[in-house]
Amino acid sequence: MQTMSRREVLMLASGGATALVILGESSALATPAEADAEIAKFTNGKTMEQGKITVELPEIAENGNTIPLLITVDSPMTAEDYVSEVFVVTDGNPRPRVVTFHFTAMSGRALAATRIRLASTENVIVVAKTGDGRFFTAQKQVKVTIGGCGG
Amino acid sequence: MADAPRMKVPKEAEKGEIIEIKTLLPHIMETGFRKDENGATIPRRIINTFRCEFNGKPVFSADLESAVAANPFMQFTAKVEESGTFKFTWIDDDGTITTAEEFISVR
Repeated sequence: MQTMSRREVLMLASGGATALVILGESSALATPAEADAEIAKFTNGKTMEQGKITVELPEIAENGNTIPLLITVDSPMTAEDYVSEVFVVTDGNPRPRVVTFHFTAMSGRALAATRIRLASTENVIVVAKTGDGRFFTAQKQVKVTIGGCGG
Repeated sequence: MADAPRMKVPKEAEKGEIIEIKTLLPHIMETGFRKDENGATIPRRIINTFRCEFNGKPVFSADLESAVAANPFMQFTAKVEESGTFKFTWIDDDGTITTAEEFISVR
């Protein structure tokens, strides 16, 4: 039976809890293959190009519960040349999908930021879809330190 | 019952300016992977959708999963051509819909 130990409860209360406590210690984690499968669903198997995407994430995250993510895609965001969606998955969380951003003609920029949860050191993979049906991708690894009380 | 959403939207802008918007909704974003003290899985309850509209037209939206952190924070941009009202919508797994509005004056 999985219960939260007192140590984990105290860590949670102090905000120093590991992401695994939030996400569920006994959860099976998804795999890179599952992340690829989700991406293939989004792209319908179309080849992805490199470039255009900037992914800002910390190299090392002390707290896997809240990690800032900022994505920008180089695009004039005009009717002729725009980003319609940005799809974000990870290859080490219980489930690969994180968030999908939808942009419009009124967005001005293909920019979105949020905060995400990461269960462990893993890759965050971003796929951008443009109005003319092309796909771009970029990824970044985040090292998540599973900090204990006093080491 | 839920805490009020917080938004940061400029009060004024120039016509054609691209402004930055930040929003945050206090919310536990229960992942559905945690277990309670009896070992039973705590059911998922997250904000699954966030939308921003301006004068009734969509500007930006997001489909959220459990991997979005608690108190979901969203930052994005909007190009404003006229004065009007931004409407923000958060949809909870349990059906609760939270909305908020901010007016902007555009010259």
